[in-house]
Amino acid sequence: MLVYIARRVLLMIPTIFLISIISFVAIQLPPGDFMTSYVAGLRTMGENIEQEAIDNLRERYGLGQPVYVQYIKWISGIILRGDWGQSMEWQKPVKDLIGERILLTVVLSLVSLLVSWFIAIPIGVYSATHQYSILDYVMSIISFIGVGVPGFLLALIIMYFAQTRLNLNVGGLFSQEYINAPWSVERVIDMLKHLWIPVLILAVEGTAGGIRTTRANLLDELNKPYVELARAKGLSEWKLIWKYPVRIALNPFFSTVGWSLASLISGATLISVVLSLQTTGPMQLRALTSQDMYLAGSFLLILSVLTVIGTLISDILLAWVDPRIRLEK
Amino acid sequence: MTDARPIPDQTPTPDQVESQALDDEILSGGENVYVAPPWKLMWWRFRKHKMAMVSAVILILFYFTAIFCEFVAPYDPDASFIQYKYAPPTKIHIRDAEGNFRAPFIYQTQRGIDPQTLQIGYVEDTTTRYTIRFFVPGFEYKLLGLIPTNIHLFGVPEAGEKQGVFLFGADRLGRDMFSRIAYGARLSLSLGLVGVFISLVLGVILGGISGYFGGWVDTLVQRTIEFIRTIPTIPLWMTLSAALPVDWPITRVYFGITVILSLVGWTFMARVVRGRFLAMREEDFVLAARLNGATEMRIILRHMVPSFLSYIIAALTLAIPGMILAETGLSFLGLGLRPPAISWGVLLQEAMNLRSLVLSPWVLTPGFAVVISVLAFNFVGDGLRDAADPYAR
Amino acid sequence: MKQDQLLIAIKNLKTYFFLDEGTVRALDGVDFDIWRGQTIGVVGESGCGKSVTARSILRIVPRPGRIVDGTITFYRRLHDNGAGQIEEIDLTKLDPTGPEMRNIRGAEIALVPQEPMASLSPVHTIGNQICEAIMLHQKVGKEEARVKAIEMLDRAGFPQPKQRIDSYPHQLSGGLRQRAVIAMGLSCHPSLLIADEPTTALDVTTEAQILRLMRSLQHDLGMAIMFITHNLGVVAQMCEDVVVMYMGRIVEEAPVDDIFHNPKHPYTQALLRSIPRLGQKTKERRQLESIRGTVPDPYTRPRGCAFHPRCTQRIRGVCDQTEPPWLEVEPGHKVRCVLYG
Repeated sequence: MLVYIARRVLLMIPTIFLISIISFVAIQLPPGDFMTSYVAGLRTMGENIEQEAIDNLRERYGLGQPVYVQYIKWISGIILRGDWGQSMEWQKPVKDLIGERILLTVVLSLVSLLVSWFIAIPIGVYSATHQYSILDYVMSIISFIGVGVPGFLLALIIMYFAQTRLNLNVGGLFSQEYINAPWSVERVIDMLKHLWIPVLILAVEGTAGGIRTTRANLLDELNKPYVELARAKGLSEWKLIWKYPVRIALNPFFSTVGWSLASLISGATLISVVLSLQTTGPMQLRALTSQDMYLAGSFLLILSVLTVIGTLISDILLAWVDPRIRLEK
Repeated sequence: MTDARPIPDQTPTPDQVESQALDDEILSGGENVYVAPPWKLMWWRFRKHKMAMVSAVILILFYFTAIFCEFVAPYDPDASFIQYKYAPPTKIHIRDAEGNFRAPFIYQTQRGIDPQTLQIGYVEDTTTRYTIRFFVPGFEYKLLGLIPTNIHLFGVPEAGEKQGVFLFGADRLGRDMFSRIAYGARLSLSLGLVGVFISLVLGVILGGISGYFGGWVDTLVQRTIEFIRTIPTIPLWMTLSAALPVDWPITRVYFGITVILSLVGWTFMARVVRGRFLAMREEDFVLAARLNGATEMRIILRHMVPSFLSYIIAALTLAIPGMILAETGLSFLGLGLRPPAISWGVLLQEAMNLRSLVLSPWVLTPGFAVVISVLAFNFVGDGLRDAADPYAR
Repeated sequence: MKQDQLLIAIKNLKTYFFLDEGTVRALDGVDFDIWRGQTIGVVGESGCGKSVTARSILRIVPRPGRIVDGTITFYRRLHDNGAGQIEEIDLTKLDPTGPEMRNIRGAEIALVPQEPMASLSPVHTIGNQICEAIMLHQKVGKEEARVKAIEMLDRAGFPQPKQRIDSYPHQLSGGLRQRAVIAMGLSCHPSLLIADEPTTALDVTTEAQILRLMRSLQHDLGMAIMFITHNLGVVAQMCEDVVVMYMGRIVEEAPVDDIFHNPKHPYTQALLRSIPRLGQKTKERRQLESIRGTVPDPYTRPRGCAFHPRCTQRIRGVCDQTEPPWLEVEPGHKVRCVLYG
């Protein structure tokens, strides 16, 4: 087991290296040298900046030097000093801007993942064990709609009804007074009050997919000989189904935690923009449109690395639940 | 069969006659049965899938609209009826104020301010009626880009500029949503097809190589696929499409976006192709062909491709909705296609504005067009997947 | 045989599968008895209804199959209030998922399935799966169940059961898995063990070991065995009586020696001609024959005798018209064929 985990961790390293390169390329994509536009921006705002300071910054990011030197300066800054670069638009170090947003994105995605499993698994099991029943049809249709309706459209619809029928603004993750407040118990409670709407919207897509996966996998498992033998033992249907085929049909859930997280983060990005949540989505969008590339690139890097870690966790989970993988040498 | 039977040199014994008759009876049992060709079996199976059939019809209508959007749209999508800002969907009547049934018609509407809510509203003036007519003249366009004409599917020619028929209402500039959705179909629906086509080409080449050669090539391709899939798509797409120069013309942005979407899309196609290739490589009929001395190329083209073509088509159909959703999402964020291009995602940008959304919820109609086409593709894809292997039970 | 030795009586059992393409009459009127301690072989080609018979007795016929007619009477010996008390239960009347049926399934009638590889859950240890069976039917705790499981594994010839009870199926060879499945089946001392081609998936050496094991366990525990197979060699080795099935019906029933030396039904005769025999004198050596034609399409059963299109001795106008009668040609030897009418 330890060997298995160690191997997975080692495999992560090249992946993360590649991700960092892609993020770096993204930072470099917009034409021109960002320093020039930064300085120009400052000058138009009437601020004067010392040539010395400019040169210091140039030196820090290795501007004007070969690309690989710039890359090494950038990545070593992140790894050694936790320096993610400077946000041009916000005039702040990137690391001061993204911490809380990343945290909220992770919380939102994880909670949605758990909620969608919590709903999808029982429904999927019911649908598979009562194949072709009326409820199975109803659930299939609902899950199809869940797959077809993009989250951001759902968010828009909910926003419309909240606004016109309930006269409620559902945007944001915090009430006005807590937006910039430091973390406290009240702030967490306030967040939870707001969190359920995006969680629900985000969970709809995951749930729909989850129902279909559970149903399809379980239908495959239900006819396997081990189920028949367990039945022949005299086990009750309920116990039998939950102990054997469901257990095996759920393996894909564990093995795809990583990808589910990636798609949840994707979905969350769009929904966050619609509902103007204090997560990564709106800030990344803004950073991209204003070509604030250190900020935008950092988001890409962190979100991707988080997904890689999610994949690692899902591999470990899968090995934990499936002895065939755990005991493999 | 009978030709191959050796001719007996003497009269057969009664026993032999009996036994030969028996043989013939047993053998002919199989020959009288009509054997349907695979494509026919597929069609039969597909036809059984009711939702898939309905969806196929819907898709045909949608693509007809996309191809002939100038004909289907009653108005120029960019023409604004200034006096009809935020006009709700026009009510179509078949019964007039006196209670008589007539051909479908609309009333002249008057803009007014609701004395209670102080909101702008539209009131029907039941004295002026315009009948909806089909194949009416309207704005000039070239059918399929070739034939100049001004005939449109429907309209209210008598109303002229005074009143428009807005099936799905009008937006904040008084532009007809229906016409805009019809035009949007062209970009949104074609982008799905083009994107999937590029994904397919990449996916078939890389997936095929990966599945056919195996070994380190396979490992490399698989690692690449896993790597691409670990990056959350929307943030990646956002970053890439934000890098497309702002001054690019629509067509170039369109292809830029398509390529960006395909960069992720091919991984799914490659998985499918590789999976089928691996399964097929072990099949007896492939071994049989190889033992018969067929060349590798012949084995691939004559034996393998036909037997997994149907799977590929099903997988393609299921991949299109992802593309449509991605384009919609990106354009919605303002990072995909940009106005003046008209796509469903671009149209949905209207809904980002809370005021627009509250005053005219019909700005969400392009979203429903997206939902319907996504669902339709899913159903058709499911139907095709079930029909793909007509011999499976 | 004395009437109180009767264990299971099957009368006119009909199990149909209702598919979109039509109704498959998997069992179309099956009658036979199983006696206590008897080893009865059920033979026939694939699809003749052997396995469906077993599943009908256990009431685990998969959907869309259903028992539509007939009775399966199970004579349950009540152990509690002294020997001799026998309760008659018609299994077809029980709710297949209800508690009465579940108390019989596994406890009184156990199954040893065809594929030991696929018949054990890959994510549970064999100990877990055997203990579960024990705790379902016996009032014992976890510890005691484990002790019993180890004992049962030991009896089933499972090496080092104490150490290996916590193995997962994928860590075991096919033979060991089958031993584990047998231990599981016998763990509650059933009165009938249904072995559905238990050795098909095993190699010949392992097959021989498993068959020897089953015989010795039967000797020790005294249960009846219903042995389903298409392998006539195994039948000769294992069984006392044989039932031959063709397209959902029994065509011949006889003691094993009569089946081999004096087969009556043309189908049985053809089956026997299709297997090689050791010790056949060279003078008698002849080519192995196959039964001509194939089993007819299950949706359209031939009129009259279902075997007539493939039968070499059929009588035109009779076999393809009338249902053959069920005849007792010798005591204990029954055959369904007009030739003996």
